[in-house]
Amino acid sequence: MIKSFKNNIKGILIEGLTLSSAVVIIAIVVVMITVIVVGGKDQISWEFLTSFPKDGMTKGGIFPAIYGTALLVIIMSVAAVPFGTITAIYLTEYAKENSLIAKTIRFAVRTLAVIPSIIYGLFGLGFFIKFVGTQMDNTFLGGQLKWGQPNILWASLTMALLTLPVVIVSVEEALKTVPQDLRAASLALGATKWQTIWKVVIPGSISGIMTGTILAVSRGAGEVAPILFTGVAYYVATLPASFSDQFMVLGYHIYVMSTQSANVDQTMPIQFGTTLVLLALTFILNISAIILRYRIRQKKSN
Amino acid sequence: MIVEKIQTENMFLHYGSKMALNDISIRIPEKKVTAFIGPSGCGKSTFLRSLNRMNDLIDGVKIEGNILIDNINIYDKNIDVVTLRKKVGMEFQKSNPFAKSIYENVAYGPRINGVSDRKQLDEIVETALKNAAIWEEVKDRLGDSALGLSGGQQQRLCIARTLAVNPEIVLMDEPASALDPLSTAKIEELIVELKENYTIVIVTHNMQQAARISDLTAFFYLGELIEFDKTKKMFTNPNKKQTEDYITGRFG
Repeated sequence: MIKSFKNNIKGILIEGLTLSSAVVIIAIVVVMITVIVVGGKDQISWEFLTSFPKDGMTKGGIFPAIYGTALLVIIMSVAAVPFGTITAIYLTEYAKENSLIAKTIRFAVRTLAVIPSIIYGLFGLGFFIKFVGTQMDNTFLGGQLKWGQPNILWASLTMALLTLPVVIVSVEEALKTVPQDLRAASLALGATKWQTIWKVVIPGSISGIMTGTILAVSRGAGEVAPILFTGVAYYVATLPASFSDQFMVLGYHIYVMSTQSANVDQTMPIQFGTTLVLLALTFILNISAIILRYRIRQKKSN
Repeated sequence: MIVEKIQTENMFLHYGSKMALNDISIRIPEKKVTAFIGPSGCGKSTFLRSLNRMNDLIDGVKIEGNILIDNINIYDKNIDVVTLRKKVGMEFQKSNPFAKSIYENVAYGPRINGVSDRKQLDEIVETALKNAAIWEEVKDRLGDSALGLSGGQQQRLCIARTLAVNPEIVLMDEPASALDPLSTAKIEELIVELKENYTIVIVTHNMQQAARISDLTAFFYLGELIEFDKTKKMFTNPNKKQTEDYITGRFG
């Protein structure tokens, strides 16, 4: 019954090892954020956020990249949220839990979620630009090149595909929190299934739909690979004004600044500033999603 | 003269391979309160839910035999379930108001039936709340959330919500089982008032409740209808020994 010295030491060692690897994680996060905040904080100004790049992108602001990112995620959400919500409704309200079709859809959603983002980029290039876009040009514009090249619409739709699983899973989770009792009450009053979904189930899960949207937006705002071949530009002198325009994006701007610039050292402050803006943006989005999701779970447990 | 409202003939119900109701034949009269009693799992709730086809929502339920309401077989393939449920309303064991205002809860049924005129809706809501004996308690706060009401008030609100659709039959699945004695008394009083205009079928665990409010009582045991008679007769001089044993509390 007496603890052996050897086992005691072993226990302490193992605990120490696991703790230290946990500490390493914290250290990495702290260092990363500190470096970015320290390097970028002086760069942030009203001017930096609202003006165009100047002097061959070595000076000036990042407004087109912020604007482009915002526009990208808006168009993406308009496509992904309704589509994802409808899919989630089918899965929770119509499909039988273990039916072949439900299993197939869930398998497809999981597969979509693990496909590397660069593959989405290639798919977007092949499908939206080379196939859909070229067809549109040939059919409506007599072969004149307009839609068969990268633009913000194709980039947003490609991003929508990438974020679709996030939306579907969040909305599905939210729909499931609506008690069966309420569906029964509505049906017993002579409501049709669709009336029940539209007037009881969806209003009851609106915060989950919001969470899904925010998570999708946050994912979309940070990704670069899917839009690489489908619409993002190194530099455009004007803001995108039409679906067929190219655009700038924060994530890609960082890449361009740090690898393609004529003088990488000179652009360092802008790189830091852009990184800080992008980081702040995704942080804020994720935190709001976490808060919303927490509220839903609370509601569910009541 | 007694008019039959609901009638079943040799009705069987299976959950998958398990038989839940075995050869039920019953005639339930119009504008009376009929109580279903019996121990848990005896099939009384399942039977109740067959009368407005709420069992359709459960996978693997198969029904044989006829269930007639006003002499129409409600399981006929031409029957529109939505219309049936407007005619045969239902209250649940746990009150289940929507997370909407008191007004919107009651207006829900009329709205889905296409009533959008505000004045007409106001009238329907007021009448339904009055008929459910809750108007006085809520008339000054119709815009408040229904979830802020007490359990008993919520249950009466749900009854008002059902009445607003103008049903002919109201099915009640242990509507007072989660309520305190005072709220229960109010619900019971209400049920007795409602039979003036509606046919009421109520499932209850509470024998005294069945004795107090019902005109007829049906005793279910292990999926079978053991005995069905006037409540007074059932509670004083039942024909079957099983009924007597259950009512006197010797089992169940």
